Amino acid sequence: MSLKQYEIQRRPDWAALIIAAGLAVFGAVILWDSARLADLGGYSGVGPGTVPRVVGIGLILLAVWTVAAALRGDFPERPRQQPAPVLWIIAGLAGQLILLKIAGFSIATGVLFALTARAFGKRNLTLTLPVGIAISFVVWIVFSQLLMLNLPAGPLEHLFFGGAR
Amino acid sequence: MSAFDFLLQGLATASDPMLLFYALIGVTLGTAVGVLPGIGPALTVALLLPVTYRLDPAGSLIMFAGIYYGGMYGGSTTSILLNTPGESASIITALEGNKMARKGRGGPALATAAIGSFVAGLIATLLLAFLAPHVVKLALVFGPREYFALMVLAFVTVSSAFGDSTLRGLTSLFLGFGLACVGIDQLTGQARMSFGVPDLLDGIEVTTLAVAMFAVGEALAIAALGNTGEDKVHAVKGSVWMNRSDWSRSWKPWLRGTFIGFPIGAMPAGGAEIGTFLSYATEKKLTKHPEEFGHGAIEGVAGPEAANNASAAGTLVPLLTLGLPTTATAAIMLAGFQQFGLQPGPLLFATNPELVWGLIASLLIANAMLLVLNLPMIGLWVKLLTIPKPWLYAGILLFATLGTIGANPSTFELGMLLVFGLVGYGMRVFGYPIAPIVVGLILSPMAEQQLRRALSISQGDWTVLLTSPIAAVMLGIAALALIVPLVMRMRGRGAVLSQLAGDED
Repeated sequence: MSLKQYEIQRRPDWAALIIAAGLAVFGAVILWDSARLADLGGYSGVGPGTVPRVVGIGLILLAVWTVAAALRGDFPERPRQQPAPVLWIIAGLAGQLILLKIAGFSIATGVLFALTARAFGKRNLTLTLPVGIAISFVVWIVFSQLLMLNLPAGPLEHLFFGGAR
Repeated sequence: MSAFDFLLQGLATASDPMLLFYALIGVTLGTAVGVLPGIGPALTVALLLPVTYRLDPAGSLIMFAGIYYGGMYGGSTTSILLNTPGESASIITALEGNKMARKGRGGPALATAAIGSFVAGLIATLLLAFLAPHVVKLALVFGPREYFALMVLAFVTVSSAFGDSTLRGLTSLFLGFGLACVGIDQLTGQARMSFGVPDLLDGIEVTTLAVAMFAVGEALAIAALGNTGEDKVHAVKGSVWMNRSDWSRSWKPWLRGTFIGFPIGAMPAGGAEIGTFLSYATEKKLTKHPEEFGHGAIEGVAGPEAANNASAAGTLVPLLTLGLPTTATAAIMLAGFQQFGLQPGPLLFATNPELVWGLIASLLIANAMLLVLNLPMIGLWVKLLTIPKPWLYAGILLFATLGTIGANPSTFELGMLLVFGLVGYGMRVFGYPIAPIVVGLILSPMAEQQLRRALSISQGDWTVLLTSPIAAVMLGIAALALIVPLVMRMRGRGAVLSQLAGDED
């Protein structure tokens, strides 16, 4: 084993350390929240705050363990991650979330559809956006009109189904 | 009445034309979604849960059972023809099945998988029917402390007994515990972890978490790998029927696979994949054609596929009789029960026998429907495999968000879907198993309730957990299941365990 390899292995795994920090923060938030709960333990002495306290402490212990594993380099190799497709999908989900109440289910979900397809290499939005909206509209008809699911309606839905909510 | 009478009664319930129709829709949808690459039974069930929201409980659960079995059938088609197993339990099937498909023997491979699944599903469902009343009787003597111990055992086996890291399994489990704390405390009505946000008072929906983890997380993880080129689908050449030698080489593996898979599914011991590995190893040892293994041996498809389906039915034993989900798929099915205010367990057999037995009987019917649906119509399902990735994942996310919006049309719920999707992506990248977080979320409130009940009865005396022999034994096994793998991994014997790992169901 060469010295260089050895150095790579000994380098602390920063991503894993960030995970550990996240776990510790989550655990601390749970502990903080459980502290303000009135202890209505009654006979058992185990109130609403007890289990969260155990979980919070558990998460902090796991954070410590994760730090140890990160320093030892125990985390598995990760394949190279490409950020662009991930961001496209996040943009699609965020776009749907923002548009849902304003533009209705079909248009909002059409945006998600088109941007997801974009992330997987179908770049032509002038094709994927109409296709996405059309498919979403069909889905909307089936699920809101036939299966009585409550899906937000927008201008497009109102155009075809005037009375739709 | 004996189990047989109940089963007959159940068959009478399930043969109501409307319920048969629901079962048919369920198996069709389940197969169609299960065939899609990258979608396992857990996601299939989570995606299709909203379809059943507006049905009556019986119809919905029967459709659900059909989806579950259909997803298992569909998964084998994907792994044989595409070599990308749709579910972890099909990895072994892909090993031999895809080699057979490459040699142009895809037809018999699909046939032995389908018939093997049918045989295993039939026997295992009957075993479920005859075993369930006995487990129910046993469960009636269980008090809160025994239930608590059983759940602790399930936590350990799901999170850390198998897989390649105790740390990551436990971390995933505790994330589930932490998320489960959100909402109103069941015993005192106090709001926990809700930070004044009214949307959080109801807690975090299991289906939202499952869909985020499996659909959004998976889509992000696949997208992040970039374009790795198209997967090749092997066309089914020649006859789908098996010849005489195929039959004679298949029937014993089917039966052996069934009897290996069922007990493993029925024990609180994690996913179906363990059974498939054991079955594969058994067939490899017993075969008269050892040279064919690794090059497309039909026994290597028949046995694991039977084991896979038998353990799917086995999983229903603890789920229906004890209300204990041992896989992510079972956890989502439990959420399906809960949406109707039904809690599976011994009480359900007493209060709602028609529903439970109708469900078990409809599994038999769904199984028969699937055989008919899969063999002659295989060409149709194969077409689904050729959907290009961009359309496929765009569609998956469409339906994933549809389910969330349908359950609760709020931007907050969609926001949670996005956040958990990112968490799921991170967990995939860093090799965290997904099942423990889902099982932890749904099971820990129940475990907490049982623990607090047990301690109320004992007036705060914790030793009560160990003075019941049943509870003590289960806690002891749980401790062993936690410590032994830890020691094995520290001594560098972890490879065996990570081979048994599965992340999906």
